Amino acid sequence: MIWYVGTVVALHDETATARTIALQVPDWPGHVAGQHVDVRLTALDGYSAVRSYSIASAPNSEQGVEITVERVPNGEVSPYLTQEIAIGDRLELRGPIGGWFVWHSQQTEPVQLIAGGSGIVPLMATIRSRASAGSTVPFRLLYSVREPGAIFYRDELRTLSDRDRSVTVTYAFTRAAPKGWPRPPSRVDAALIAQATWPANLAPSCYVCGPAPFVETVATFLTTTDHDRDKIRTERFGPTGERK
Amino acid sequence: MIIISRGFSGRRTPTDVKLPPGQYLTTDFPVLSAGPTPNIPLDKWGFVIDDGRDILRRWDWKSFLNLPSENITADLHCVTRWSKLDTSWEGVSLDTLLADMKTEAAYALAISYGDYTTNLPLKDLLNKQAWIAFRFDGKDLEPEHGGPARLLVPHLYLWKSAKWVRGITLMHEDKPGFWEGLGYHNYGDPWREQRYSEDR
Amino acid sequence: MSSQIPYLDGNAAAGELSKIFAIDVTNAEGQCANCGAKRRFAETHLYVQAPGFVARCPVCQHILLRLANGRRRVFLDMRGMTYFSLDANEA
Repeated sequence: MIWYVGTVVALHDETATARTIALQVPDWPGHVAGQHVDVRLTALDGYSAVRSYSIASAPNSEQGVEITVERVPNGEVSPYLTQEIAIGDRLELRGPIGGWFVWHSQQTEPVQLIAGGSGIVPLMATIRSRASAGSTVPFRLLYSVREPGAIFYRDELRTLSDRDRSVTVTYAFTRAAPKGWPRPPSRVDAALIAQATWPANLAPSCYVCGPAPFVETVATFLTTTDHDRDKIRTERFGPTGERK
Repeated sequence: MIIISRGFSGRRTPTDVKLPPGQYLTTDFPVLSAGPTPNIPLDKWGFVIDDGRDILRRWDWKSFLNLPSENITADLHCVTRWSKLDTSWEGVSLDTLLADMKTEAAYALAISYGDYTTNLPLKDLLNKQAWIAFRFDGKDLEPEHGGPARLLVPHLYLWKSAKWVRGITLMHEDKPGFWEGLGYHNYGDPWREQRYSEDR
Repeated sequence: MSSQIPYLDGNAAAGELSKIFAIDVTNAEGQCANCGAKRRFAETHLYVQAPGFVARCPVCQHILLRLANGRRRVFLDMRGMTYFSLDANEA
């Protein structure tokens, strides 16, 4: 794997703390939904820091990738990427990385996506990949967030679910829900999974992504409801610096 | 070709604070571990000093707490570059645990619950340089920071202060521990920036 | 719960391991030398909040692989696997 140099061509704030960075990367070899890149920043004194970010954009021939970065309190890299970086700046990228937590548009079985917080990013790449390939595979998304302001790609998801009916989206709010929301704010539990996801007898491929404790809990629910372990793929997000 | 990231500087430390080379100051207490936190009930805890063949001394939790302990204020320097100053601990000195020990061993291997080990010269455990610490910041040492008890050797990088310590093996020949065997420096003096085996 | 270190999975180490392996290791299969479990590297429990990366068997927690970066050298310990198997046709 080599380091590519990407130039920032667009910036878009998804929420108050998360930003999508669009990069043009000459000679980008292409990628598959679910893969990630390692981003390297280097200071003038030569100190460098590397962090992994999932690719948010669909595979395409446009010589570029998008990543969505969530600002971590006291982080070393994410404050720079979400607040300092400007159009025209360059970033070093290594990748694309990952051969297991991926979805290929040739896959035909139903797909269940389960996202915790910023775990939505690689799953959004999967949704976008399905759209750009013209696939009609049935997709469901269960998306757990703290509160409505924390939703990434909100308008795009609304279009896909309400207007196009191509993806069934269920939100789970864990701290604060919109007024009148039928389910009080609470963590994803077995009852919600039973109600909002494809049942095991449809043999869906399940992709679970988010903070490690969320992924553990959800993957356990799935295996105890008879989903085949081989059809559950997980990717855990977490700090690669020290936990404070 | 290295691309310099405009406006990125990594973590910065106030210039009036003196730290070992390459370190930055933190006020948090980062948690690092190579594996799951061991769960050690106090009625099963033990601390052993052996020579690789025979057990020389042994304490259970009750007899360990009966030993004289002292308060320690220490600066912590982790090889992952953070430093935390003026931390307060309570612990039993290795001078107490090794008192009147007749040995010709020159080296020690600290062994922890879980599979962690770290090696250091025996003389670096003596002369008020090392403790088995069981309280931090006025409270019982929490499991994520090495509780019930950890080794504390502040003059070396913090990987030498083995969390969840369960014993010391005295050795005639030096034997590298967990990180020392994977490219980290055998001794680890932060003031000489001895992070890696490549460093002098 | 809060005393447990959250681990990641093998996906997070693939970039680092690309310094050594010509093939993306996330799909590589390894057998644990302790309990015999066979898993994809992406399924291993990865501890990264440490001076190096430590990948553990998701079944028995035995250490499968360790990686540490020195100043100029990379160190790799793979004693914890009976074998590590990669698809020779992947580039």
